[in-house]
Amino acid sequence: MTGDEALRASRRRLLADAFGIAVSNGGFGFVYGLSARDAGFSPIEAMAMSTIVFAGAAQFAAVGYVASGLAWPGIVLLTALLNARHLLYSAALSPWLRDVPLARRAGMAHLLTDEAFALSISHFRRLGRADERGFWIGAIASTFIPWNLATLAGVLLGAQIPDPARLGIDVIFPAAMVGLAAGLITGRRELVAAIVGAGVAVGGALALSPAIGIVAGGIAGPAVGLLIPASVAGETAPLGTPASVEHYAMPGTHADRASPAPDSPAVPPGTGAPEP
Amino acid sequence: MSTNLVLLAVLMFAATYPSRALGLLTPGLDRLPRVALEYLQLVGPAVLAALGAVNVMVVVGDDDLTSFHVGIEWVAVLLCLVIVARRRNLFLGLVAAVAVVVAARALGFAALPG
Repeated sequence: MTGDEALRASRRRLLADAFGIAVSNGGFGFVYGLSARDAGFSPIEAMAMSTIVFAGAAQFAAVGYVASGLAWPGIVLLTALLNARHLLYSAALSPWLRDVPLARRAGMAHLLTDEAFALSISHFRRLGRADERGFWIGAIASTFIPWNLATLAGVLLGAQIPDPARLGIDVIFPAAMVGLAAGLITGRRELVAAIVGAGVAVGGALALSPAIGIVAGGIAGPAVGLLIPASVAGETAPLGTPASVEHYAMPGTHADRASPAPDSPAVPPGTGAPEP
Repeated sequence: MSTNLVLLAVLMFAATYPSRALGLLTPGLDRLPRVALEYLQLVGPAVLAALGAVNVMVVVGDDDLTSFHVGIEWVAVLLCLVIVARRRNLFLGLVAAVAVVVAARALGFAALPG
């Protein structure tokens, strides 16, 4: 496959994933607009949050805090804590985007959400290099536009819509995050990082707070993943392929009978370091 | 129409942007030692799994106390995971996850959140 063909194939996959994320963001943005309206936000205030802050969890939290009368310094402090995980995203994307001009990277930073990170890092790793347009597709088309349009719809039309929970909107975000994480698992290190990250996050969320748990999981997961020896981590097999059965199954199980997968997806370069 | 909270939005932006920008705008971050780059490579799966797990397994009550949650959402997310792993199709996984939750709630097998 040539470079152009690989780019087109990866962008098609990106668009397909982005469509699912856009639906998710549309649902959540709508619920956010609805919540903001119920808390007394005007349409301008709700839209200011969605365009200027552009951080779903922090916006939902702010609605609750404003409604309960929490002082603004407290809201700002909690926002900083809730969004601290973005530091990990920007650090992880930095090696890929080093050749993008500074001004555009500054713009990218504002649009760096959970979803934009998940879509772009998956796309870059499939390609083995950065694709700036791919980042903008993930950040703007699947996230910024649906989130803001849905916020506007929620705050203006919310009263006419039945209970959104009946539509199962609440399950889209966690399902999307777990699904995108699965797409990034190509070896034992990633698998261990994901499992430990999830476990630490849940423990931290129960003991302290969800925001602290997520950051703790994001820090501890990769640290434990790195403990997997490089020789073992070098064996890669995207989750769900026949090759992954061979890699992840317990000794003595059906994996021993699995045949090699001639059509396994290409191994992303640098199971260790990214090669943008 | 009130615009008082626009200033709060600006302050929240000021609290959020540094964490989003620090990594992207710090020069030389791409020249980190190999082990640091390998660590960053693992951040994606760890954070995304953490977000998914916390959203499904932890509930925050009205009193801001957290509790462990077991429900139909586990089945939905697991189904999405299996579909993505086997079919490489996130959208199909999301549709299946939503369908399971909607059906379970409509049939009374699962409670509505909150």
